[in-house]
Amino acid sequence: MVKTSNLTYTHESGEQLTFPDISLNSGEHLLVVGPSGVGKTTLLYLMAGLLPPLDGTISIDGTDLSTLTRKGMDLFRGHHIGLVFQQYHFVRSLAVEDNLRLRQSFPKDANDKQRRLELSERLGLSDHLHKKVSALSQGQQQRLSIALGLIHKPKVILADEPTSNLDDVNCEKVIELLKEEAKICNSSLVIITHDLRVMSHFENRSML
Amino acid sequence: MRLGYLAYRNMVSKPLNLLLSLMLLMLSVSLVTFALQLGKQLGGELNKNIAPYDMVVGAKGSPLQLVLSSVLHIDVPTGNIPLREASEIQKHPFVKIALPVCYGDNYKGYRILGTKPEYLDHYAATVGEGNMYHRSFEVVAGRAVAQKLELKVGDVFTSAHGLASANGEAHDGHPYIVTGILNPTGTVVDQLLITDLESIWESHEHEKDHDEASHGGDHEEEAHDHSEEHAHAHEEEHEDEKEITSLLVKFKNPLGVVQLPRYINENTSMQAALPSYEVQRLTGLLGSGVRTLNGIAFAILLVSGFSIFISLLKTIRERRQELALLRTYGLRIRQLLWLALLEGLFMTMIGFVSGWTLGRLGIWMASSYMQNSYGYRLQIMWPDTVEWLLFGITLMIAVIATMFASRSIFNLNVAKTLSDA
Repeated sequence: MVKTSNLTYTHESGEQLTFPDISLNSGEHLLVVGPSGVGKTTLLYLMAGLLPPLDGTISIDGTDLSTLTRKGMDLFRGHHIGLVFQQYHFVRSLAVEDNLRLRQSFPKDANDKQRRLELSERLGLSDHLHKKVSALSQGQQQRLSIALGLIHKPKVILADEPTSNLDDVNCEKVIELLKEEAKICNSSLVIITHDLRVMSHFENRSML
Repeated sequence: MRLGYLAYRNMVSKPLNLLLSLMLLMLSVSLVTFALQLGKQLGGELNKNIAPYDMVVGAKGSPLQLVLSSVLHIDVPTGNIPLREASEIQKHPFVKIALPVCYGDNYKGYRILGTKPEYLDHYAATVGEGNMYHRSFEVVAGRAVAQKLELKVGDVFTSAHGLASANGEAHDGHPYIVTGILNPTGTVVDQLLITDLESIWESHEHEKDHDEASHGGDHEEEAHDHSEEHAHAHEEEHEDEKEITSLLVKFKNPLGVVQLPRYINENTSMQAALPSYEVQRLTGLLGSGVRTLNGIAFAILLVSGFSIFISLLKTIRERRQELALLRTYGLRIRQLLWLALLEGLFMTMIGFVSGWTLGRLGIWMASSYMQNSYGYRLQIMWPDTVEWLLFGITLMIAVIATMFASRSIFNLNVAKTLSDA
């Protein structure tokens, strides 16, 4: 499902990053660990097609990302990739549920209310659906951020430090949920973290 | 979810910014549409009222004032002219109609106009309730006067001297009786109380007699002796010195316009004015006012376009991360541009429509003011061609402003923007 080979990237500063090859089947999990500054987030953006690699290939679901046009990449990402960002990004002018609805609406015009309710129930957001995003607590914002990465049932879930702002109970819940969702949708799950609580849950690890 | 909804939510998420942009746009649009409508309709109203007459003859003075006072009834007269001299004009072969009018009194601020019944025919005014006046001190009331003063057929009132309600002292003794109420005409007639010439003359003679009587105490006996003789002489003298305010003339022959005014102005103590010429001059003056107003309004329109530009530029900068997020959702650059454009267009359309409505509200208020003061009504009309054109221009300004504001969307670095805290 996710395959990278000989991936390198050059930062604006000129620093060159080389990444180990990754090979991940549908429904498999991978934990990417390593000290900060080694390019964990960069790897994530490369896999999401948000950055072009200097060299090497990335293929997702049999599609070589380098063969896609910009428009094709946009659509491909919209359909098949779910991103959970380290910093939370929402559309602030929309309420919580509308943020979820927005993610469903692009690129395919879907509006699955059942899915929204079910997912927010499992993430403990049901009572906050009509609130403004800014009215949510840090933990709630993180859970919404995760919901936005999962709502459209992507083939690949790319999560960047998804548990950094969560207490132990919610951390457990989120990890279980990510695993569960990946299983239901038969998605590949890539998690970047330095959170020890997460590491104990996954066996397949890649050190950067 | 449609992009339109997102654009709408984005627009209302900054209410103060929105308000500022909208207010500027509203102000400019309302000024332009108000000035355009006022100029257009006022010209029409004035022309409708002067239509029956080609020339006005009155006392020397400002020709514009003569037309304003005698035809449009919105100014004081230049003075009086002798009836005898005016009658000479009536006999001229080029003259079709020559109608004497006489005024100088009011009832609660509404002018009492002494004239012949034909005056009403020229404005196609008909008696709606009651009857036409037949004797002195009978009066028919224009519809607007009747409504405002709640006059009914059979009502009796006393006139006051002067043309405005404030400065008049009441005439004693000669009450008027309302014999009829006119149907509405949409002309100046609606604002007048119309009676015959004799009523005006008599009420002013009475005043003169009254004055003479109080000063003539010493000669009472003598006066009494010759009372019969005196009365006779008095009447003749009055006949001789009878005056009217002006003479409204319609020509039989277009040559009249060329010959008569010059003849009157050069050879008599009276002056002749041409209503159409004077009104043209007046609307020319108004026109320059309207043009100035339009200039100011267009300047404000540009400022409002600029404010929309700045407001969009600001929000696009502030929403860089949201735009980058939307790119990861699969929205293309074209869709983000469309999002910004929709927001700008929404603002413009709301601003234009509310500005247009405000302009019409202004016309409505000006109309009720003018109706009270001068008897002119303005219509609330649907948008005309010029206003549609203005709408187009406004939209174009908005599109250009949005396009300039959203240039940064083209080179948005999604990965970098999302990583920046």
